Amino acid sequence: METRSEYIEDLRIIKKVMEESSRFLSLSGLSGLFAGLIALAGAAIAVFVFLDGKILLRDGFYIEQPADDLINLKIRLSILALIVLVLAISVSLWFSYRKAHRKGLKMWTPVSKKLLISLLVPLVTGGILIIIFYLQHNWQLVVPSMLIFYGLALVGAGKFTYNDVLYLGLLEIIAGIASMILPLYGIIFWCFGFGLLHIIYGLLMYRKYER
Amino acid sequence: MKVDISGLSKFFENRIRLGIMSILIVNDSYDFNSLKAALGVTDGNLASHLKALEENGLIRVNKKFIGKKPNTSYSATESGEKIFRIHLKALEDIIRKK
Repeated sequence: METRSEYIEDLRIIKKVMEESSRFLSLSGLSGLFAGLIALAGAAIAVFVFLDGKILLRDGFYIEQPADDLINLKIRLSILALIVLVLAISVSLWFSYRKAHRKGLKMWTPVSKKLLISLLVPLVTGGILIIIFYLQHNWQLVVPSMLIFYGLALVGAGKFTYNDVLYLGLLEIIAGIASMILPLYGIIFWCFGFGLLHIIYGLLMYRKYER
Repeated sequence: MKVDISGLSKFFENRIRLGIMSILIVNDSYDFNSLKAALGVTDGNLASHLKALEENGLIRVNKKFIGKKPNTSYSATESGEKIFRIHLKALEDIIRKK
């Protein structure tokens, strides 16, 4: 007959195996922290280099611009946004890879595939909508849509990784809706949703799971 | 104090079989290679335990092709799930009582 300590070990194995096989636990808090810092750096470049220190979307800045300059500005801001996106994703993947490696976990598992699909469906939908808004000159809808669809993606992904991601998603959705109500403050909501929320979330996650 | 161990199943005395079942309880299905990676066992070892669980009706084998590559995945049967849950409850009870 097994001893008590063996039964305890059995239960520990059951819990560990269930958790590791049903949730992607390599997601690092540092990913959130650095994604947030990159978002804030991107916003700072947008405001101080391209927008002459102005943060409101339509405070006269765009109206006074000659049409050619405005198109140039849009292209520059779009390229900047893409660079921020690629950097943030790369940094997140790198920290996750590092955490997986350190904990002896696999990155590419059945659950990480489910996580990826649950993220991609809302993100690609949102991305296509944003391109349509952009082409139709509905610029004020771009930032709220980014926040709302990113939030929806996180809420869906919460089932396949740390549950805390779900709450971050809900906050992003709220920020997106608030941004829709106050369309002039797009950059401020962008900094709040992609910058501040990520930094706070990243620090909390790091303290909770990685120290 | 006397402890009731009648709920414990002999299938799960082995930790690899216990691990296989734990995975199949929380996942609809899991393929052979992912099981191997998750449990850190060899092909032969995993295959023999899967066969034992299958022959006793605890798990079901689903064979399909992804492109031209055969892909074998496994799921827990209803009775397998029931036996596992009773086993888990028995483990918890034993630890709480002692």
